[in-house]
Amino acid sequence: MADVNRGNRPLSPHLTIYRPQLTSMTSILTRITGNAMLISALLIVWWFLAAATSPEAYAIANGFLTSWFGDLVMIFSVLGLWYHTLAGVRHLIWDNGIGLDIPTAEKMGWAVVIGSVVLTIITIILV
Amino acid sequence: MSYLTDRKRATGLGSAKTGTEHFWLMKVSSVALLLLIPLFVFTFGPMLGETHENVLAYFARPFPAIVAALTIGVTFMHFKNGAQTMIEDYVHGTSQKMAIIFVICLSYAAVATGLFAIARIAL
Repeated sequence: MADVNRGNRPLSPHLTIYRPQLTSMTSILTRITGNAMLISALLIVWWFLAAATSPEAYAIANGFLTSWFGDLVMIFSVLGLWYHTLAGVRHLIWDNGIGLDIPTAEKMGWAVVIGSVVLTIITIILV
Repeated sequence: MSYLTDRKRATGLGSAKTGTEHFWLMKVSSVALLLLIPLFVFTFGPMLGETHENVLAYFARPFPAIVAALTIGVTFMHFKNGAQTMIEDYVHGTSQKMAIIFVICLSYAAVATGLFAIARIAL
């Protein structure tokens, strides 16, 4: 019973067959942003460790994070951070069984995309 | 081709008892981060690029230090569980176990490093 033809069942259409849709794209972006932010999280931990170590170590870490490349990484991280945050809010709403119909899910999808860009611009201005 | 589903195979075997634990941990950490992330962005952000003396003075204050410590701790626990879900979806067998163990070790190492650094600055 336990191992009857495991993995030999008909499957529903997958990524390569399905047309990309707002709901699927916003979902995969949540995963990509969440996992990609490991890079910036580790950079920030390095920055704190360097600040705790010595002025020389701090100069290296701070210099890297405020270089053009560091700025680029941090700006994309902020965008990813707000995107992931808003997408997380959408999941917290969905967890209550609210907004699961397609029109509402797509509206919230656009809210997440536009909201993350707006919050990123606000963050760049304030920070 | 068999049409026997996973659901059918599992019926009658009883629950795994810990099935919702992972989900609950993600939910708790995500709600915590909803508060912590804005606080961290607008306390850590302005300090990035500041002089070493200013950074040491700022993170010696209770509020920025506690926010930074909590954010690093909760973020890496949230990452540990989230990355585990991703690995379980795409990697299988021994590689899956190795990847999950690596992610867990990396997360705890990052938390320990971050907390050590903040404690050293703050105290």
